Amino acid sequence: MYAVRRWSVRHAGALEQFYKAFERVVVALDPVWRTVGYERLEKPVAALEKLVKGFLFDCQMCGQCALSSTGMSCSMNCPKNLRNGPCGGVRANGNCEVKPEMRCVWVEAFEGSQRMQEGRAAIRVVQIAVDRRLEGRSSWLKVAREQAALKAEAAR
Amino acid sequence: MKFEDEPVPGYPLPILPGHTSPGRLERVLRSGAFAITSELDPPDSADPEDVYRRARVFDGYVDAINATDGSGANCHMSSLAVCALLTRVGYAPVMQISCRDKNRIAIQGDILGGAAMGVANMLCLTGDGVQSGDHPQAKPVFDLDCMSLLEIGRTLRDEHRFQSGRKVTFAPRVFFGAAANPFGQPFEWRAQRLAKKVAAGAQFIQTQYCYDVPRLKSFMQMVEDLGLLGKVFILVGVGPLRTAKAADWMRTNVPGIHIPDSIIKRMAGADKPALEGRQICIDLIQQVREIKGVSGVHVMAYRQEDTVAEIIDRSGALDGRVPWYPGRDALTPTLKETA
Repeated sequence: MYAVRRWSVRHAGALEQFYKAFERVVVALDPVWRTVGYERLEKPVAALEKLVKGFLFDCQMCGQCALSSTGMSCSMNCPKNLRNGPCGGVRANGNCEVKPEMRCVWVEAFEGSQRMQEGRAAIRVVQIAVDRRLEGRSSWLKVAREQAALKAEAAR
Repeated sequence: MKFEDEPVPGYPLPILPGHTSPGRLERVLRSGAFAITSELDPPDSADPEDVYRRARVFDGYVDAINATDGSGANCHMSSLAVCALLTRVGYAPVMQISCRDKNRIAIQGDILGGAAMGVANMLCLTGDGVQSGDHPQAKPVFDLDCMSLLEIGRTLRDEHRFQSGRKVTFAPRVFFGAAANPFGQPFEWRAQRLAKKVAAGAQFIQTQYCYDVPRLKSFMQMVEDLGLLGKVFILVGVGPLRTAKAADWMRTNVPGIHIPDSIIKRMAGADKPALEGRQICIDLIQQVREIKGVSGVHVMAYRQEDTVAEIIDRSGALDGRVPWYPGRDALTPTLKETA
């Protein structure tokens, strides 16, 4: 929902802190996920993620969440799917060129990033091309799997 | 500007150390000269002569010609084809690549194909939304954005591989550019976005139309503060306005174009608005030239391309230089032969 989406950007700082704690829990639970099976969990977790993030951010389920780098403003809501900043067509009132009634996702993103700790710097990092195969899949499980693997790598 | 290591005039130059392309535009910029580029209005036709006719109006005045890729989301001859025609006779085109109409498979193919046909400069753009053009019923692709496109282009050139990781046997030798809009919202982030483009692989920048020099100056100050001067060549977009009414329409209806009231007033008060529009353009070229970090201008004169030569000539921006064009150097030998 548009109003909730904008609320989330206004509370980007708190959401960043919450997500950090949440991510730690999700990553710590990697043995559990592995026991149940990541693939078996994919559908229900993706459904839950869609519900929660859909409500908070109008999440489009790209499957490679960048909210921490985009000021908690989901950049997949940009009609051009821009993941690295606003296009040149942003209107003088800060609204979208394609959807004049919508505030530019990236104007929002920059404002949100200023309320964040790590998000402040993260927005300056280049996001590489989206992997379209991940569409509809859970970002949370992807993070859990990847972070756990990294940890195991570091421990070795 | 003559390059004495030019094998056949206008043909790809040997690549110098520190250069990435065999193109003239990179040579001119890296030599420190004030570069001039312009934009060719691609024809709604399949006649190659239409392309050559539109290119000839720039002869002797520009270092490179942009071939737009469905600009404004309107259908025209493709930028790749326009570039292929232009390189056949030795022109130095800037191939614009928009993310709106093609996915990464098509775009990487075009980068290889363009480079194979002698295109040395490519401009990576996101592209206008389909709603602004003549085919609003079309499917917008936007598989990549300009940033990931730059990154993929650079990987092709420097690491000799596709995004998939598969190797290419001969890498495209290209000078990559991107666009910037110093006048768009959110202002305070525009220089930051430029920094991201440079990090992604942009070597030169062509900006949106500039009609507000103080704002450009503050943008360039931010660019300098971010340590970008010397890492990227910035060509400022300029163009002649036709009438006060047209200017006012443009700033109201074309998102991202900023024209201050003072310019509109100057146009409205002129006896001959078209002439005044050209004079404003000339003044702008002379003013932006003085700004630290500006390496050239990109003259966009949509549907009034025939005014570009006069504007550049009167601005004195070429410092007496005559950029190469087909036939430029042919005159001297012919005279000798007759003698």
